[in-house]
Amino acid sequence: MDSVLLSRMLFGTSMAFHIIFATLGVGVTLMIFFAELMHWIRKDRDYGVMAKRWTKGFAILLGVAIPSGTIVGVMLSLLWPGFMEIVGKVIAVPFQIEIFAFFLEAVFMSIYVYAADRLSSVMRIISVAVVAFGASSSAVLINIAHSWMNTPAGFQLTDGRVTDVDPWAAVLNASMPVTSKHVLATAYMTGAFVLVSIAAYRLLRKASSDAERTYHKKGLMLALAVALLASIYTAANGHDTAKMLHNEMPLKLAAAEGLFETQASAPLAIMGIPDPEQEAVVGGIEIPGMLSWLATGSTDGVVQGLNDFPQDEWPPLFVHTLFNLMVGIGFSLIGIAGFALLWSIFFRKRGFPAWLLILLIATGPLSMLGIEFGWIFSCVARQPWTIYGIQLTSNAATQSGNIGILFILFITLYIVLLVLTSLVLKYFFSRNPLQRELTVSNGEAF
Amino acid sequence: MTEPYIAILIIWVFLFVYAIAGSIDFGAGFWAMYYSDRETSATVLANRYLSPSWEVTNVFLVLLVIALVGFFPGAAFYMGTLMILPFSLVLILLTIRSAFMVFSFTVKKYTKALVYISGITGLLIPALMIAVLPVSIGGFIGGGEQQYILFNETLASPAVYTHVGFGLATELFLSALLLSDYAREAGEEKAYAIYRKNAVFLGPVTLLFAVTALLTLIPEAPWMVESMVDVWYLFALSLIAAVIGYSSLWWPSKSAAPGRPRAGVLLIVLQFGLASFAYGYSHMPYILYPDLTIQDAFTDPVMFRWLLYGYGGGLAILIPAFYIFWRLFMKDKRYLQGKPEEENQY
Repeated sequence: MDSVLLSRMLFGTSMAFHIIFATLGVGVTLMIFFAELMHWIRKDRDYGVMAKRWTKGFAILLGVAIPSGTIVGVMLSLLWPGFMEIVGKVIAVPFQIEIFAFFLEAVFMSIYVYAADRLSSVMRIISVAVVAFGASSSAVLINIAHSWMNTPAGFQLTDGRVTDVDPWAAVLNASMPVTSKHVLATAYMTGAFVLVSIAAYRLLRKASSDAERTYHKKGLMLALAVALLASIYTAANGHDTAKMLHNEMPLKLAAAEGLFETQASAPLAIMGIPDPEQEAVVGGIEIPGMLSWLATGSTDGVVQGLNDFPQDEWPPLFVHTLFNLMVGIGFSLIGIAGFALLWSIFFRKRGFPAWLLILLIATGPLSMLGIEFGWIFSCVARQPWTIYGIQLTSNAATQSGNIGILFILFITLYIVLLVLTSLVLKYFFSRNPLQRELTVSNGEAF
Repeated sequence: MTEPYIAILIIWVFLFVYAIAGSIDFGAGFWAMYYSDRETSATVLANRYLSPSWEVTNVFLVLLVIALVGFFPGAAFYMGTLMILPFSLVLILLTIRSAFMVFSFTVKKYTKALVYISGITGLLIPALMIAVLPVSIGGFIGGGEQQYILFNETLASPAVYTHVGFGLATELFLSALLLSDYAREAGEEKAYAIYRKNAVFLGPVTLLFAVTALLTLIPEAPWMVESMVDVWYLFALSLIAAVIGYSSLWWPSKSAAPGRPRAGVLLIVLQFGLASFAYGYSHMPYILYPDLTIQDAFTDPVMFRWLLYGYGGGLAILIPAFYIFWRLFMKDKRYLQGKPEEENQY
């Protein structure tokens, strides 16, 4: 294998690993903030216990999120030196501010966790709000750099030299606003759905006491409400994304939808496999005019197809499947969450039946899969470019050998960490059962 | 052309802060291991210092890398290509260390593993990092288009070993000194005596390594030694600060054991600042001798100005945050003396 492919594999795996923890870091901190807020408003100790237990889980995840973030941050320069040379000149500012956001998050997390017993409840809410703000800002700032790779702006490249640098224009690139909202909303949604899963799993087990069931019910409803709101927003935002792609990256849109011929009233192909021989999506369901409506706002709008572009600039066509999986997961989640919420309104007394709880357990893992598919789609559908239209991935990658051995080392590291993290989470929560925390009498102390 | 010099000065500040914070962080890990079976008070103290501080230290590492990419994209290109193996190893070690740091606070049975992991990585990581210095003074880069480090030449070079020795001695000296100050602040005289004793022993060792590291530079990097002679007064001042700082370990104090560790820490940090500034100054204008100067590697001038604004804004937010942090963890007697219940919690 050549070093470009190995670099992509190593970096892709590292990102796939890191985003699990990064996404939860953004989503769960927001949920901890809401739990603290509910604790303060309702004066209900259950929410205090909830904030504490979520924080504990988050603190364990942070033990992997911080070093894996350090890995991808440094690895950018190690694996993509050609790319980072342009980044340094054009889009270094968001990376730099991200460090400060991260700093802010780390400092206030330490304060919130290690000094909890010395803070007043309002100070605790403020410090966890700063943590959540720092985490969300980090996500947006890193996404700014990512969006700039898709729709580069703020510089000229003449004979390999970067000129006319305008860092502000680079930050405000065309895809930045819509994708930043997308990243935030999906992170909130995933963090909330993962907590929904955990609460549903606990409710499904019959052994728990009434106090525990009440606690898990509260956690489930709080997380479900946030998850539903965030996922509905994500769907609405998807429409804007389609419009943005139509205007800025028509090739990416065509690949995502498997559209070969430029046409008016373009249909939306759901599932199926794009076949370059037949120049059509085989085996999918087509909704006439739907793609035109999504992309242009009118069912007879013209959407560009793959054939408008030189074939050597096409991304791999399997991105259509990734895209469909991402969207399919998103809509299923809205369905499950909406249905569960309606159920709890109409059958307040009966509680959730087992089959609904099982569906709810699936939401967290599904949401995380959606995140993974979405990121892989966004980066693979940009190929063969690293900076769209400007720098080819083969020119961005490192020239050095040894990537193969590093790949093996890092993969081993990630597997070990995934196993260890699960063990630590399981061990901690079984050694510190909820029942004990709920019955501890010394109120606020934690 | 002064802009590259301002940028490299900022890089130096970050490097300096990371070197100090990292030395203390990694050193504390080593001391916790060294005393794990014998002097529990010393181990507990080192761990109590580490628990809130490692995250902040780690962020400085990322800051340093990002600052290098922003200010000197050309250097990031070179360093990234050349140092891919050592840096990757550092990343793996750092990840294992950080993960265990968090895991062991949660699961007590990992505490033993953590003590060894953070102790061993506390020596390996700084050793790998400091090895970058002698490699960047030249002579170890091979290949035409595809450049790489000549590992055999690197491993045969005395400068590499004296630098690594110096780095480790500094790390242990600084951390022993700071932990003695931390112990004094916490009122734990027994741990204070242990760390003071180590500082007393390591002070001269560090100086010895510093001198041999300089001596081994003479044959390897005559260009650098020439510039060093020009700033002899900085090295002289640094030596004076070192001697006064070292003597503070015997200054009379109100407590039972002699020594004013706070003054010692401040003076040694000052000494370290002077010496590393003089070293870096003599390194100029090369980032990587003789291939890359700071002018070649410098970023776009517009970006440079934006980055300065960014650092200004960022620091304006962070300094108050750090003040609160320091008050809560380095100053607050309730934390320093550590209620046992609190330690089990997080």
